[in-house]
Amino acid sequence: MASITLKNIVKKYDDGFPAVNNVSLDIADGEFVILVGPSGCGKSTLLRMIVGLEDITSGELQINGRRMNEAAPKDRNLAMVFQNYALYPHLTVYENIAFPLRLAKDANGGGSVDEKVQRAAKMLELTEHLDRKPANLSGGQRQRVAMGRAIVREADAFLFDEPLSNLDAKLRGQMRAEIAQLQRSLGVTSVYVTHDQTEAMTLGDRVAVLKKGILQQVASPRELYEQPVNLFVAGFIGSPSMNFLPATITEGSGGTVLSTPIGDIPIPADRAAVAQGKDLVLVGVRPEFFEDATLVDEAKMPKGSVFTAELSHLEWLGHEQYGYIEFEPDEKVRRLLSDLAADMDADELRPQVVTTLSAESRVRPGRPVELWVDTSRIHIFDPESGENLTRDAEAGAELTRMAAEERERELAAARERDAQKA
Amino acid sequence: MSTETLTPEEAEGQRRARRAKRNTSIGWWVITIVVAVWCLFPVASILATSFKTPGELSNGKFLPDNPSTSNYEEILVGDSQELFLSALWNSIGISIIATLIAVVLATLCAYAIARLDFPGKKIVLTVSLMVSMFPVISLVTPLFNLWRSIGLYDTWPGLIIPYLSLTLPIAIWTLAAFFQQIPWELEQAAQVDGATPLQAFRKVIVPLAAPGVFTTAIIAFFIAWNDFVYGISLTSTEAARPVPAALAFFTGASQFESPTGAISAAAIIVTIPVVLLVMLFQKQIVAGLTSGAVKG
Amino acid sequence: MSSIPTTVPAVDAEAPDDPSGGRGRRKAPRSERARAEARLGWWLAGPAFFIMVAVIFYPVLQAFWDSLFSYRLTAPEEREFVGLSNYGVIFSDPVFWSALGVTTLITVVTVFVELILGFMLAMVMHKAIKSTRGLVRTVILVPYGIITVVSAFAWYYMFSIDSGYINNWFSWVPGFDGQLNWFAQGGSALFVIMFSEIWKTTPFISLLLLAGLAQVPDDLSEAAAVDGASWWQRLWRVILPNMKAAIMVAVLFRALDAFRVFDSIFIMTNGAYGTEVLSLLAYRTSIGRLEIGLGSAISVVLFLLVGLLALIAVKGFNVDLAGGRGGRK
Repeated sequence: MASITLKNIVKKYDDGFPAVNNVSLDIADGEFVILVGPSGCGKSTLLRMIVGLEDITSGELQINGRRMNEAAPKDRNLAMVFQNYALYPHLTVYENIAFPLRLAKDANGGGSVDEKVQRAAKMLELTEHLDRKPANLSGGQRQRVAMGRAIVREADAFLFDEPLSNLDAKLRGQMRAEIAQLQRSLGVTSVYVTHDQTEAMTLGDRVAVLKKGILQQVASPRELYEQPVNLFVAGFIGSPSMNFLPATITEGSGGTVLSTPIGDIPIPADRAAVAQGKDLVLVGVRPEFFEDATLVDEAKMPKGSVFTAELSHLEWLGHEQYGYIEFEPDEKVRRLLSDLAADMDADELRPQVVTTLSAESRVRPGRPVELWVDTSRIHIFDPESGENLTRDAEAGAELTRMAAEERERELAAARERDAQKA
Repeated sequence: MSTETLTPEEAEGQRRARRAKRNTSIGWWVITIVVAVWCLFPVASILATSFKTPGELSNGKFLPDNPSTSNYEEILVGDSQELFLSALWNSIGISIIATLIAVVLATLCAYAIARLDFPGKKIVLTVSLMVSMFPVISLVTPLFNLWRSIGLYDTWPGLIIPYLSLTLPIAIWTLAAFFQQIPWELEQAAQVDGATPLQAFRKVIVPLAAPGVFTTAIIAFFIAWNDFVYGISLTSTEAARPVPAALAFFTGASQFESPTGAISAAAIIVTIPVVLLVMLFQKQIVAGLTSGAVKG
Repeated sequence: MSSIPTTVPAVDAEAPDDPSGGRGRRKAPRSERARAEARLGWWLAGPAFFIMVAVIFYPVLQAFWDSLFSYRLTAPEEREFVGLSNYGVIFSDPVFWSALGVTTLITVVTVFVELILGFMLAMVMHKAIKSTRGLVRTVILVPYGIITVVSAFAWYYMFSIDSGYINNWFSWVPGFDGQLNWFAQGGSALFVIMFSEIWKTTPFISLLLLAGLAQVPDDLSEAAAVDGASWWQRLWRVILPNMKAAIMVAVLFRALDAFRVFDSIFIMTNGAYGTEVLSLLAYRTSIGRLEIGLGSAISVVLFLLVGLLALIAVKGFNVDLAGGRGGRK
C-alpha cells in the first residue's frame, strides 16, 4: 500500500500547451481519490503520468515518499484498469489475470500463480469463465477481468481510467458499487479518472476537480457540493446543475433583497455583506433549495424566504417533480453563462431555473405560484473571477475531515474482518 | 481475435442473409460464375494447352483432342528436366529467402513505426513508399554493372538483395497497418503489469501480430515469385535463373518443335502453389491487401 | 498518440545509437522510458531502412553518374565523360517518343478500364451473399497471385496464330477473317497486351476499392434511399464521393505500376511492331546492347517520369499516400 504525492506537476506537449498545469495533490494510503472534469481537462494525462505512460515535464511524483518521475511503468508497482479494459485477446481469462504474475515470475521466480488467480476470480465471480477468451465475455465480465488483473498484482495502488464509460447505464451502476466495495475491502490506494460527476460523488473519499489542466478544488464530495470554491465547481458538481441567476443587491423596506430576473428574494444581511461594492453578482441556487411554499414546514420556513414566480413547465417524476422558470438575461449574463457551459463541456446553458419540488405539490405551470427558497444555503459568486464569495472554508474543511474519519473507520472494519477470516 | 462464436452483428447478418437468400441467391450465383470464368479462364486455357501434343496445338480448339502428359514428362523427367527443375529450385529458394529476410526486418521496423515514438519514423515510411513506387528497370542497369564487378552476377544473393527492394516496402506498409490495429493500450497495460518493453513485445504483440506477419509473408512471396526484370537481367545461367526468366528464354527440347506445350506445363506447375495459397488463405490475403488502404 | 516531429535531422538515420540527447531539441528532460524507446525504435527500424536506402539510392546515384558517360560494356576502355549528351540523344530519338507514347497509352487505357471493372468487382465482393463471397474472393485472387509472365503466355497462346483458338471462336463475326495474326501489327498486339494486363491487375485495384467501399457507412446510402435517391444517384452522389480517397490511391498505385509495364510485352512481342515501351527500351539498351551510358540515361528519365507522376498526384490531387501501399510488383 502506498501514498502518492504530486508536487507542482506540469505536462507540456511539443506545441507548448500545458495539458496539466502545476497540479499538487497528496493521496493518502488507502484513500480513494477521483480526478474529475470535462473532457480535455488533463485528468487522464495526470493519471498516465502517475503510472509512467507519459513523461512529466516538470514537478515531482512521489510514491511512498520516493521520487518516481523517471521509473519505468513496470518498476512503479501500480495496477491500472483501462477504459477499453486492455484485455489480451489471445489469452484466456485465466491467463489474462495471471499475466502480471507470469511476468513477475520471470523476474524473481515464486508465488503460487494458480492460488492467486483463483482467489481473484472467486472475488470477482469469474471462476466459471476462466477458460474463455475475452472476446466471448460481456462488457461487465471484461471489466471484472481487468480488475482481476489489477488485484493479483498486489500493487501499491490501483489506477482507473474511466473504467465504466463503455458500459450501459444499468451495468455502470452495478459495477460502481462493486468497485467501491472492492476498494474498501482491499484497502488499496486508488486513483480514478472519470468525467461523470455521479461516479465522482459516489466513489470518492476525495474528489479533485480539474479544468483545463488546473486543479480547482480537492475535497470530499460533500464539501464540493456544499462549499464549492467557484462557479465551475458549483456548476459541474450536482445533477441537475446548480442554477445561476444574475442579481443586484438592494436594500428594500423588508431588509436586503436580491433582485433577480425571476423575482426579488429577501436574504439575510450578513449573507449579502460579501457582495458589497459589486453592482452585479451571480446567485447560485441548487434546484432542491426550492420548494412549493405551501408545503414547507413551519420550522423550516424562517431559514428561507418566499417569492412569486411563474413556472413555464413541469416534469413529474414520481418521487419528485422539476419545475422550470424561464427568464430573459441581458447580453452580459448570457455570455457569462455560455462561457461557463463551454468550460463544463455541457450544452448551452438555457436561461432557466430548475426547481425540485415535492411530488405532492399541486402547483401548475402558467400561473403565478409561491415558491420558498432556502436562502441560508445559497451561494453568491463574483461574476468576473467566478470566486464563491459566500464559501465557508471552515465548514467545508470540517466536512472533508468527517469523510476522512469515516474512511478510517471503514478501513479499520475491513482489516478486522480480514483478521477474523485469517 | 477469436472467431469461434459469432458476434450479434454476424448472427444478425446471417439471419438477414438467409431471408435474402431465397430471392437473390440465383442472381448472385450467376454473377459469381461470370466472375469465376473471367478470373480462371486464362488459367484453364493454359492448363488445356499443357495437355496438347505439338501436333494438336494448331487444332484451333480450347481442349486437346487426346490429352497427353508428354509436356509434363518433358520438363519433369525428360530433356528439359534440368533446365526447369533448376529454375524451380532457384525460384523457390530465392523467393523464400527474400521473403523471410524481408518479413523479419519489416516486422521489427513496422513494430517500431506502429508502437514506438522515435525521431525519424516518418522518413522510414516515406522512403519505403518511394521504394515501392520505384521503376525496377531503373535499378537494373547499375546493379548489372556492379554485380558483374563484385561477382554477384548470376548468383542467389545477387537476386535476393534486389528482391528486398520489392518485398521490404510492401511488408513494412502491410505490417505497420496490421500492427496499428492492435490496440495500443495492450502494450501499455503489459508494461503497467510489470513487463519490460521487450517482454511487452514478446508476450503480447507477437501472438497478436503473428497472423498479420504470416499474411504479409504470403504477399511478399507472391511479389518475389512474380519477379521477371531482375530475373532476366541479373542472371545468365541455370545457377540462379528463376522460373519466369527461364520460361521466357525456354526454346524447347529441339528447335524444330514449338516449346508451347512445355512452357504451358511449367506455367501450370508454378501456378499450383499460388492457387493453393489463395484457396487456403483467401481471407487473410484480402485483409492484408486492403488493410493498408484502410486508415487505422 | 504520436508526436512525430515534422522536421527531423537526416543524421538520425545514420546514428541509431544516438539517444537524441545533446542536440537539446526537447527542453524537457526525456525520461529513461522515452530515451529507451527512441533507441529501441532505431535499432528495430534501422536495418530495414538501411537496406532499402542501400538497394535503391546507391543504384540511382550510380545510374545518374553512368548516364553522364559514353560507356559501352563491349568497349570499356572508351569510357568518356560526355555530360548530358546522352539525354540529348534520347530526346531527339523518335524511338523514345514512340515508347513514351505507347507507355502512356497503355497506362491510361488499362487504368481507366480497370477502375470500372475493379469497381464492379468490388461491389460484387462487398454485396455478395455469404455463400458466394468466399468463392468470389478466392477466384479474384488467382489473377493477383499468378506470375505476370504466366499470364502473358496464357493470353499469348490463346491469340497466337500457331496455337490459339480465339480466331477460330470468333470467325463468325462479320468482317473478321479468322486468320488474323494478332501480334504482327501494333494495334491488335497492344489490344492483347492491355487485355492481359487488365486481367492480371484488376483484382488488386478492386481490393483497394473494396477497402474504400467498406469505409462508406451503410446508413449513408440508406438515408439517401429514404431521401428518394435512385440506385444510380446513390452511387454517384453518396458512395463515390465518400470513397474518393480510396479511388485516388488505387489510381495512383496502378498508374505507377502500369507505367513500368514490361513482362507482358517482353513475352508477347518483345517490343516489335510499335509496341516498345520505356522499360523495355531501357532494358534492351543496357542489358541487350550493353550501352550502359545510354541505358542509364533512359533509366533516369523513366525514374524521373514516375517521380513526376507521383508528385503530380500527391500535390495536385492531394492523394494521401499513407492511405495505400505498394503495388503488385
